[in-house]
Amino acid sequence: MRRLLSVLHARNLEFLRDRSTLAFTLLLPVMLIIGMGVIFGGPERPLFKVGVLGGLEDRAAQPFLAERYIEFVGMRERADALHKLTHQQIDLLLDPGHPSGYWVNTDSPKGYIVEKLLLAAEPDAQRRPVSGAALRYVDWLFPGILGMNMMFSCLFGVGYVVLRYRKSGFLKRLHATPLTAFEFLSAQVLSRLGLIVFVTAVLYVGVGALIRFHSAGSVLLLALLAVLGALSMIALGLTIAARFSSEELVGGILNLLTWPMMLLSGIWFSLEGAPRWVQWVAHIFPLTHILDAARAVMLDGAGVAQIAPNLAFLALTTLAFLAFGAWSFRWRID
Amino acid sequence: MTTPIIEVHELVKQYPATTAVAGVSFSVPPGVCFGLLGPNGAGKTTTVEIMEGILPPTSGEVRYRGEPLGARFREEAGILFQKTALQDFLTVRQCIALFRGLYHRGLDVEEVIRLCALEKLAGRDSRKLSGGQQQRLLLAIALVNDPRVLFLDEPTTGLDPQARRNFWELVASIKAQRKTIILTTHYMEEAELLCDEIVILDRGRIVAQGPPRRLLHEHFAEVLLELPRADFPAHARQLPLRFLETSDRVEITTHELEAALRLLLEARVPLANLRIRPANLEDLFLELTGTELRP
Repeated sequence: MRRLLSVLHARNLEFLRDRSTLAFTLLLPVMLIIGMGVIFGGPERPLFKVGVLGGLEDRAAQPFLAERYIEFVGMRERADALHKLTHQQIDLLLDPGHPSGYWVNTDSPKGYIVEKLLLAAEPDAQRRPVSGAALRYVDWLFPGILGMNMMFSCLFGVGYVVLRYRKSGFLKRLHATPLTAFEFLSAQVLSRLGLIVFVTAVLYVGVGALIRFHSAGSVLLLALLAVLGALSMIALGLTIAARFSSEELVGGILNLLTWPMMLLSGIWFSLEGAPRWVQWVAHIFPLTHILDAARAVMLDGAGVAQIAPNLAFLALTTLAFLAFGAWSFRWRID
Repeated sequence: MTTPIIEVHELVKQYPATTAVAGVSFSVPPGVCFGLLGPNGAGKTTTVEIMEGILPPTSGEVRYRGEPLGARFREEAGILFQKTALQDFLTVRQCIALFRGLYHRGLDVEEVIRLCALEKLAGRDSRKLSGGQQQRLLLAIALVNDPRVLFLDEPTTGLDPQARRNFWELVASIKAQRKTIILTTHYMEEAELLCDEIVILDRGRIVAQGPPRRLLHEHFAEVLLELPRADFPAHARQLPLRFLETSDRVEITTHELEAALRLLLEARVPLANLRIRPANLEDLFLELTGTELRP
């Protein structure tokens, strides 16, 4: 433990004194959030959007479906459709029939107007109210940005540091002491974990206040998710850096990992409409599980039971990556 | 007889294209400064890194105090590599403290700083040290666990003469504490000054082993006459003298100085640039391998 703490302390000093890296680590996500908030935080397009259960095949039988300036979207799953209505991603949900039934979000001004249009066309339609605040894009994006920052910081922060230590001969020098590979790797994990949890907490509080974001779920559960997610990502970074000595190769592998995660893990947009195989591939990445769970907690107020599969995935991948990293670890350039 | 602190037995290290160490055996008694000498590529760094437990041998064994290298060795050995980088942004004192934290027992950080004359540099960023100061810091790190055995792998390579002299004084003071020192070097002056015993390696094999004075006495019970090669005519090569030619000079070794000088005069060899000196380790290496030491 004493050896681990010595390496941990030295690594923390090294990072905190590297002002440019520290500033970049803190500023990049803040700038991204503000930028995305400015771009996407404005008013929505003046268009009504109505979900239609069962699809739009029988359009001619429903006079309301002929209304102009309303976008009708076919929806197969009622639960998903109601979830979207709760977050005001659609303005009204129609269950076509004779008479039709419909759900309307009583907190939505646009829902109020489109309900009037529906009742003008079908006065007998059966009303079922739901409620829920509108989900802004920036709210949906917020967990994505936190996750992306975590991914880059963990993978590149840990991967390149270990590579630099190996290339400079510092690892070889440590190898000549009683320090074990496990102690060294644990110190790197803890140092980066502390940093990531701190930065994520600062961003969560600071940027959350800036964009007036409030989590629907438990902050403690989010903290647990942040710890497990960061551990999984750091362990993945160590796995890459455990053996190699070429910056080009490690950089290439890290890019090979980060770009699919950037595109497929749902940082910028939801993969709901993507083919099933794409969604399946996306779920091999830790970031997908981090973001799915974070959005479930932050936007829908999910509890530990609902995100347990994601937490379990992150814990298991951490163990698997660390075990592989320790097994393949090289102190010196071969 | 004293039990060796380190025993090296039939050490072999093979790489796909070359054999770096080809069956090396020797013992290091406790409390001596033991030199591994040889030109670049002789196999001395490979040998010493196997002794340090950094490189695995292809075959053979290294024993420390009668045991295979293990946890006890790592606790009790201090190592200064040929090239070592430290963590960025740490001061001299913090670098030493980091390594002090890796050992159960050892010296106080301030004591090590004092031992290596680093007091005025203790608060300085370790990246902003000169070559000599950097080597003193690395020596301090090697001493932080108060080692029984200290490995110094070409510790003064690249230092200016003044810094080299200062470093030698430091090593001499450590030697005075009866610590075992394993020193690899290609500076013969360094080896002559510090080493009690030496092994000369060439092409992965031991070519000579023993105390420097004994080796010199065994191989050079005579004086050495040194002439510029240009002053040594072709017909003089027929003289009944033992001589060795290098790129720029001819060295003649003899028991009988007067007789050798007489022969040279009779052969009309110009003696204006003649130097007469006792043999040193560099001469020994030349004698043994026929190769000039290559720094």
